[in-house]
Amino acid sequence: MRRLLPVLPYLWLGAFVLLPVVITLKISLSAPATAQPPYLPVLDWSAGIEGWGTFLEALDFANFDTLANDALYRDAALSSLTLAAIATAILALIGTPVALAMARASPRAQPLLVALVIVPFWTSFLIRIYAWIAILKPEGLLSAAAMTLGLSAQPLDILNTQGAVLIGLTYAYLPFMVLPLYAVLAKLDPRLTEAAADLGAGPVRTFWTVTLPLARPGLTAGALLCFVPMVGEFIIPDLLGGSDTLMLGRVLWSEFFSNRDWPLAASVAILVLVLIVGPLMVFREAQQRRAEAPR
Amino acid sequence: MRALDRVALILGLGFLYAPILVLAVYSFNASALVTVWGGFSTRWYGVLFADAPLIEAARVSLLVALCAATLATILGTLAALALDRGGRFAGRGAFTGLVSVPLVMPEVITGLSLLLLFVGVGLDRGILTIVIAHATLGLGFVAVIVGARLRGLDRALEEAASDLGAGAARVFATITLPLIAPSVAAGFLLAFTLSLDDLVIASFVSGPGSTTLPMRLYSQVRLGVNPEINAASTLLVGAVTALVLTASWLSGRRASA
Repeated sequence: MRRLLPVLPYLWLGAFVLLPVVITLKISLSAPATAQPPYLPVLDWSAGIEGWGTFLEALDFANFDTLANDALYRDAALSSLTLAAIATAILALIGTPVALAMARASPRAQPLLVALVIVPFWTSFLIRIYAWIAILKPEGLLSAAAMTLGLSAQPLDILNTQGAVLIGLTYAYLPFMVLPLYAVLAKLDPRLTEAAADLGAGPVRTFWTVTLPLARPGLTAGALLCFVPMVGEFIIPDLLGGSDTLMLGRVLWSEFFSNRDWPLAASVAILVLVLIVGPLMVFREAQQRRAEAPR
Repeated sequence: MRALDRVALILGLGFLYAPILVLAVYSFNASALVTVWGGFSTRWYGVLFADAPLIEAARVSLLVALCAATLATILGTLAALALDRGGRFAGRGAFTGLVSVPLVMPEVITGLSLLLLFVGVGLDRGILTIVIAHATLGLGFVAVIVGARLRGLDRALEEAASDLGAGAARVFATITLPLIAPSVAAGFLLAFTLSLDDLVIASFVSGPGSTTLPMRLYSQVRLGVNPEINAASTLLVGAVTALVLTASWLSGRRASA
């Protein structure tokens, strides 16, 4: 009875998580084609070892060659990583004071504050990004406010720039940074900061030498939680970034939906998995194991 | 220090909620120009309810979300049970990894890889393929939520029941299931919300006649800001907020129970 428990979810995950990735890998090695499947080479199972031989020989690395040598894909990869890194840094700067304030709030208020951070995190992503269009466009609210306050003479044109993408990324992923940080900070022993204060450290020094080093696991967890999905983000660069912002998720989308080059889209997916998602997952596992290890 | 904390909270939460509030306020704008306030009106809600393709998309989304969340809840609960009390089984490590893959994989990759699978096996794209994709996504979230609850259970209760002669099935039905029920319900609601919210994966695996609400909204959003979409968004945000509050109330009860 107990042994049968994993069977059903195991089969499901094998069929709909593992198998799709294997197929994507296979198609990424097919000859570039805008046509429909079957993509060559097809693995001939009935031919046994020999079938594998001919299959492996016929594999085509042309897609990865294209990705490595075409400036478009290099720029897309570079700008994905740069934008995600800058946004993660901004999130750490904004998220730390918010999480710290939550952890120091009265115990009765804390569950409410956590719920307030979680609600937007589950609210429609598309709609929350869409809401920024009305705020950021030249005749939008931010521009109108800046002009009324005399901060700017002309309408601000923020929409369709990388700045708008950064605002969108920061906005959408703030809960992912605040929640893990809060989880660590809320468990911090208040006697540690009290001890630092008793020994004569001011609030700034206490923060730098006591609170921040102890909050590092939360900061790492939050950064990983934000960085990986941000690199593959599609909706934010598409709605806020205009045609100039290239990010990997968007390149994959347009290779697939506009250019209909499925093998190339599959290659982009495999590259993102191998170069970004995989290493960061391994790093995260190692971090978790270290955090759980007895001291 | 206290004053600084207050400022951080007000600015942080203000940043999170201001855009949603702007959207909701402008959905009641009489003017068709989104940035010009023309007085209070509910006319866009009227336009919304007369928009047949949008209503049809909402119907598809609800159907998909209901089926996907049900499947995700059953499979995710089984996965959590297997990980918590399945003991050692072959490939346990791989299983743990597979459960968490849908949680971290970028959506474009999940969508593309599932589509390549469906094309490869010749499954016609439509409502069924979206349900399968969303169930796979929700499964991991359900497993995490139910798993957390299972780890906190007092095993003595189940041992007492089996000492008193209850079989494994009876122990599960009368002891374990009622104890994990709040987290199973919370998992269902989250899987439902995720499905209702997803644009990227559904765009890859849907076919003709299976346009979901986010897909329909996206095709209109690309054309620019539109007060009817503001009205639709306000309703959707309201519905999702209600679901999330119910879910967090349900899982909050486990703390006091």
